[in-house]
Amino acid sequence: MPQEALAKTGVTVRVADAGDTVAGVQAKWVALPESTEEVAALLRVAAEHDLAVTPVGGGTKLDWGPPPERCDLLVDLCCLNEVLEYAPGDLVVRVQTGITLDALNEHLAAENQELALESPVPGTTVGGLLATALSGPRRFRYGTPRDLVIGVTVVLADGTTARSGGKVVKNVAGYDLGKLFAGSYGTLGVITEATFRLHPLPPARLWVTATYPELGDAPGVDLGTLAVQLAASQAEPAAVELDWSADSPGYTVSALLEGTAAPTKAETIRQVMTNPEISWSESPDGAARAEVSESPPDWWGRLPEGAILLEIRVPPSSAGAVVRELATSHLTGHTLRGSAASGVFLLALPAGTPKAGTPEAETPATAATVIERLRERIEALDGRLLAVSGPVGAADRWGTIGALDLMRRVKARFDPDRRMSPGRFVGGI
Amino acid sequence: MTELLAGRLREVLPDEAVITDPVRLRTYECDGLTYHRATPGVVVLPETAEQVAAVVRLCQEFRVPFVARGSGTGLSGGALPRSDGVLIVTSRMRRILSVDLAARRAVVEPGVTNLAITEAVRDAGYYYAPDPSSQQICSIGGNIAENSGGAHCLKYGFTVNHVLALELVTPDGDIVELSAMDAGYDLLGAFIGSEGTLGIATKITVRLSRAPAAVTTMLAAFTTIEGGGRAVSAIIGAGIVPAAIEMMDALAIEAAEAAVRCEYPAGAGAVLVVELDGPEAEVEAQFALVDRICREAGAFEIRVAASAEERQAIWKGRKSAFAAVGRISPAYIVQDGVVPRTALPDVLAGIDRLQEEFGIRVANVFHAGDGNLHPLVLFDDAVEGEGERAELVSGRILDLCIEHGGSITGEHGVGVDKARYMPRMFTDEDLDTMQLVRCAFDPRYLSNPGKVFPTPRLCGEVPQVRKGPHPHEAELF
Repeated sequence: MPQEALAKTGVTVRVADAGDTVAGVQAKWVALPESTEEVAALLRVAAEHDLAVTPVGGGTKLDWGPPPERCDLLVDLCCLNEVLEYAPGDLVVRVQTGITLDALNEHLAAENQELALESPVPGTTVGGLLATALSGPRRFRYGTPRDLVIGVTVVLADGTTARSGGKVVKNVAGYDLGKLFAGSYGTLGVITEATFRLHPLPPARLWVTATYPELGDAPGVDLGTLAVQLAASQAEPAAVELDWSADSPGYTVSALLEGTAAPTKAETIRQVMTNPEISWSESPDGAARAEVSESPPDWWGRLPEGAILLEIRVPPSSAGAVVRELATSHLTGHTLRGSAASGVFLLALPAGTPKAGTPEAETPATAATVIERLRERIEALDGRLLAVSGPVGAADRWGTIGALDLMRRVKARFDPDRRMSPGRFVGGI
Repeated sequence: MTELLAGRLREVLPDEAVITDPVRLRTYECDGLTYHRATPGVVVLPETAEQVAAVVRLCQEFRVPFVARGSGTGLSGGALPRSDGVLIVTSRMRRILSVDLAARRAVVEPGVTNLAITEAVRDAGYYYAPDPSSQQICSIGGNIAENSGGAHCLKYGFTVNHVLALELVTPDGDIVELSAMDAGYDLLGAFIGSEGTLGIATKITVRLSRAPAAVTTMLAAFTTIEGGGRAVSAIIGAGIVPAAIEMMDALAIEAAEAAVRCEYPAGAGAVLVVELDGPEAEVEAQFALVDRICREAGAFEIRVAASAEERQAIWKGRKSAFAAVGRISPAYIVQDGVVPRTALPDVLAGIDRLQEEFGIRVANVFHAGDGNLHPLVLFDDAVEGEGERAELVSGRILDLCIEHGGSITGEHGVGVDKARYMPRMFTDEDLDTMQLVRCAFDPRYLSNPGKVFPTPRLCGEVPQVRKGPHPHEAELF
């Protein structure tokens, strides 16, 4: 019967196939709405028939996070992919959220503008980016999705359609639901339209990249000081990224400079990166080398590879401390990558049971043990460690959350019957 | 009831921190929006989060509304007290608790002024970016409530983009930490700009920004406001994001001259203040371009500040504009609306028509870069009916903003002043959905009630509410 009711909405609905899963949980139906009104009609039917709903964008991160308690209907926003309003003179665009970030930026490039967000996952939709609050290297200069979204249209679990914000950048009328829904993992409702602040495309981009060798157990650079100096540089880098793999020859730091003065700024940054007071090298003259290039290193802005993906957030002065903690954690096969200037990193751990724990441990530690041990060290740095994806077993995925009770209350008001991606978020929300 | 509650308040606060003397209470009867007034039932001056929490818990026990107030500079009546409630003033919570330059953050109490943060780190080459015009006196707690912007938010964003964490006392009286570091909903983002309706911030971690290497401030004078408008569009169209672009029209210039003798070029129908900042080479290149654009758009004089003093001289006229209008008009209303930048010419023409239709003068001062208008609606309160006509013009200007896809407030907030305009911008569904957040934080509707929303949403069942009559019900105000 739910299927007939869903069909009556006039929206294309199909029976889910084996590929239509959310973190391993099989859905029953997939709906393909083409407008906010159609999403609202679907959610009203879902409410009448008590169907659990998960919104889907590009489907690139459906396996991230914990599985939903139940999942009946996938609301696939792939057909909700129009640019609704674009006023280049206002540096503002309003889109349906099923459009991919790449398609949107292609559209905006015709006017020499961009949405200054990046996704480490190819094929990410604007909605998926918003719902997961993902960001890339340039978060350091431009912020994350919550900083650039200025208006949203959302559909709640009962089919109510609501708007907040607007299409002007400066606007303090009413509560900002865009911020609340950014990073809510589909647990409050479906974001169907979003309006963003845009930036002019920089006329030039240059990367300055240095690889520091591993000297003993530590990098041939004072990473903490380097990150602080780069972040504070008046050359104003748009991004400062660190890449460190267990099997790579060293620690690579790469900074992005944008704008007409990029060459001058790159030279300033190159000098910081090769400052002999904080970096050491095995080269004959003892000085570290940094190269300036017009294209990024191949790992730039991509997810580190590994079965388990963790996110580490620390104060931006703690990049060096993070590396130190990991270096003494007896991990193998890991890759750490992310913004040394912002203090946000992704850590990939290899498939199977990571060989970790204390060296004396006779049996290898489970993923959950490794996560808990790492978390203890990261939280001691006033940071947080989150398990983003992968087989993390019984580990707590989220770490310490100061306002969990308030979050539960917000969820209870927006989705009292727990039908929006139940169980997919913090504290079982 | 006042005495009963005041007695209980004195159990959790020092005697002198609880004000019930009617004369002293009147000091707090309004904020920067002086035509809304109410004498608070009780005023408290807590010094710690624990004291704030204790006060809020008592308000819950007595079912009495509470309103938080910082420096009282708000322009929408957000800190307008309740005569049946408690006004919680944060002026005694003004310590800068820590500064960590390497981590680019400072932890401050809510009563600290906006400018005090910058002053604490300026010598080290840092600053706190949001800079509302009232920054010398406005408090950071008030900035949190209003999500304050300022002239430089065009490039650097608003309070919400510069706060990393805060401790708040919830409307239940719990002390809770909201942090951008934590997983979960962005309650920090939802709280900032909620105008005191979701609780009271008691400790704030702000992001510090590195001062730019170079700053260039220029003033371009145009014979017409259209010329200035063309220059703004062309600057943005050229891919430049200046730190600020401000515009004043002839009437606003006249007022500023009368008040502070800013000596802007004679005969200007509009002046544009453009500030560029960043790495030196970048600022130089952008300046050359902006200079050319302004001349092409019809600027007849361009001045460039060669020193900090000259920069201040350029800003002086702009920053004094609101108060200066008092020199040319007995009374005025400060409006705050936003339109898409490209709609500026249409909206300004619309404001001209309103001036003619109602015989009311409007001086225009605006953050042209982001389309944030501050029309100053001038009237003589001694002339019968003029105040009403000014109020009407002021409301019509908001209608113009909404018609052009804008907003009824860019930075002053909704408060009590604009709650009635909210339904012109949002549907009932929009407002009801926003208030779901309110219901989650403040189901009993005691935290700054009557602000932001024209009608409260009924929250339905509140978890763990006592049933049956309330012990103090008979003794309420």
